[in-house]
Amino acid sequence: MRSKEDISKLLLKNIPILLFVLVFVIFGIFSPKFLSMASFSNIILNSSYVGIIGIGIMFVLLTAGIDLSVGSVMYLASASTGLLIANYHVPTVVGVLGGIAVALLVGLINAFCIIKLEILPFVTTLGTMTAGRAVGTWMTHSESVNLPKTITSLGSQKVLGIPMAIVLFLLIAVIAAVFLSKTQLGRQIYAVGNDPEEARKAGINNKKILFTIYMLCALLAGIGGIISVAQIGIVNAAFGKGEEFNAIAAAVLGGTSLAGGSGKVSGTVLGAVMIQMIQSGLVYMQVDMYIQPLISAGIIFIAVFLDSIRARYMAKAEARNIRNENLANG
Amino acid sequence: MSEYVLKLEHIAKSFFGIAALKDVNFGLRQGELLSLIGENGAGKSTLMNIVSGVLRQDSGSLYLNGEPYQPVKPSDATDAGIAFIHQELNLFTNLSILDNVYINSFKKYPGTPIIKKSAMAARVKEVLEAVDLKVPPETIVEKLSPGERQLVEIAKALSSDPKILIFDEPTTSLTTRETEKLFAIIERLKEEGKSIIYISHILADVQKLSDQIIVLRDGQITDNDKKENFTIQRMISSMIGREINQLYPDKTNHPSGEKVLELKDISQSGIVHKINMDVCKGEVVGMFGLMGSGRSELARIVYGLDPHESGEIRVHGKEIRGITPQKAIQNKMAFVTENRREEGLFMEFTIMDNLSLVSVPEKAKTKLKIVNNDSVKESTQGMVGTLKIKCPPIEKNPAKSMSGGNQQKVVIGKWLLTEPELLIVDEPTRGIDVGAKYEVYSIINQLASEGKGIWVISSELEELMGICDRIIVMGNGEIRGELLREEFDKESIMKAAFNQNGKEEA
Repeated sequence: MRSKEDISKLLLKNIPILLFVLVFVIFGIFSPKFLSMASFSNIILNSSYVGIIGIGIMFVLLTAGIDLSVGSVMYLASASTGLLIANYHVPTVVGVLGGIAVALLVGLINAFCIIKLEILPFVTTLGTMTAGRAVGTWMTHSESVNLPKTITSLGSQKVLGIPMAIVLFLLIAVIAAVFLSKTQLGRQIYAVGNDPEEARKAGINNKKILFTIYMLCALLAGIGGIISVAQIGIVNAAFGKGEEFNAIAAAVLGGTSLAGGSGKVSGTVLGAVMIQMIQSGLVYMQVDMYIQPLISAGIIFIAVFLDSIRARYMAKAEARNIRNENLANG
Repeated sequence: MSEYVLKLEHIAKSFFGIAALKDVNFGLRQGELLSLIGENGAGKSTLMNIVSGVLRQDSGSLYLNGEPYQPVKPSDATDAGIAFIHQELNLFTNLSILDNVYINSFKKYPGTPIIKKSAMAARVKEVLEAVDLKVPPETIVEKLSPGERQLVEIAKALSSDPKILIFDEPTTSLTTRETEKLFAIIERLKEEGKSIIYISHILADVQKLSDQIIVLRDGQITDNDKKENFTIQRMISSMIGREINQLYPDKTNHPSGEKVLELKDISQSGIVHKINMDVCKGEVVGMFGLMGSGRSELARIVYGLDPHESGEIRVHGKEIRGITPQKAIQNKMAFVTENRREEGLFMEFTIMDNLSLVSVPEKAKTKLKIVNNDSVKESTQGMVGTLKIKCPPIEKNPAKSMSGGNQQKVVIGKWLLTEPELLIVDEPTRGIDVGAKYEVYSIINQLASEGKGIWVISSELEELMGICDRIIVMGNGEIRGELLREEFDKESIMKAAFNQNGKEEA
């Protein structure tokens, strides 16, 4: 027999999916065009880079850390790739690898400051966020960098009829999911997020874990940036600005806890698509352009708020029910 | 082969010139349970940390099966077949039992980094069976009760197939029933030929389980004998170095009949049901119940930390509606919580800040609410004297620099500074040694003599029988019985507490 409480527990556990359906239905009702297949594949295409970055951020959130520098890393990586190819005429592959190397360099700086200098992740990445963008604008003299055809054609390529960006997004999501659930390092990330002190006692190398996640986060931000510019073909000085908010929101909407220790790749993927759905939905509904960010921020805020209520309620429902009513009546 | 599986010879250790262990010698035989008892700070932990490779001795030697043994890191001890089950649980609650057992030694598919669960699940099942825990290896630890988690901790230790197990206060978070289960497991481990070192403050358990008992005092072994030759009396006098004729102070309080606290039909679904009770001026009321019986939860409700759906809370006959901790404090209630490390003290704050925490608003009488520091210092220093708290200078040193017994006194002192008329104390003596216990009992007795109403919650029945005027028994969120001092009887109290609960767990 399922009691009322069990059902509400079940609902609360699946808030990300419920929200997803809710957002989908609401926009569907207001704008039937929204429900078309074309619009949907567009939404997934546009959410792919936020999803990739969100997965990176999720790794960091799992250890109760934060990385605010991802937007600047996106910009630095893609601008470097563009400059390398346009000004230095390196082969496309080398240009892309160069961009990713720059992203990893920022990751290395983050990891060094957080692990060796023991500066709080929030302060460290706030610093690299500002410094990263400064270096980027200095490199490009604030001018837009046009990417050559070799890159943009990659962006429009399809594999088995599926756009390249989506293929990469799914590939990265699957690899990340396997990494987290099926490797020792992955399981240890959750352990460190649960209790760093206990993790140390259990013989886990906490520094290695933190190094891994900040490097992975920067790597995925770099890849996400390059995938994004491959679609739009141009890197301007504002590229990637504010994406850290979307990426963190994607992870949190997908059920990742800011306190560390819980979060899933599938949830983050769902969260990223949800954010894109909200943004596209507002366009379809022809909401005033200036008001759109306000509404999407509001929806994300409500979703995160619901999540915090959920966490509180779950803790209550699971821990504090000590009295067995059936026993008392029997 | 040597007679002893583990032998320690002339072990000495000092910290910053202060001797923590002096010339400690003992041996552990195969299949034997050796209990190590002593007051807090006697050197038990230091000794066990040396055996398990956390610390290194200054002089002396260790032998395993007659061979020299010198661990330099904890994994050396594990490799040598020594497993340490710590007092506090070291589990990752967000991971499965299997993950917890293998967190740093996962088995993988050959040549890949991919975890091979099937290679580990059988072993985890085996060790879970060995501790009688019937849950699948994939169960997330979060879903387990504290008692079950303790069993997982033991299962984890067993997974490396140790020859020697060290238990450090394993029963502190267990219910009576779970404790019995644990003891059965310990018996079985002994029969399998494992040797066990058991550390505990609960002397009755020590007497029940041990083959050999060693008493440590001030870093030296003061007594070492077979269980048969020990009485609890002898254990205590060896531990504290003097004869203690009584465990509890003589009662000097006189309940007046004037009710400080009255509860009428307090109910909260899933927690407590129709609770009626009262506490009078000058009375010590004990509340006994198993873990999960609702006793601490009831105290939290009365103090306004948790909500209640119906019923009345009356203080001095006046009903308090919508109680919150602020209102409780205004009405001269005080609540000394069960878990001093997590709820009662700010470990990094100074002792003075901790002592003055609740009473500080009264020291800020001016318009701008500026705290009068001299007055705070005077009153906290006075409290240190009244409660005989042994501590370094209170303005500079953090709470964590004191021993457990003194920490507990600080928690009590913090509340006494508010001059409460009703004091609720939850497990006041958990984890503190015999000497400090006696002092806590004396404080309770003294406060009651001064006319305060005291409500003591405890799972140690003997202590309640020793200090209370009346005992209320709780079970399954209800009051199961109430006995006056002259009616105190261990058996009937236990019966009331276990009544029906038996069915629940069976």
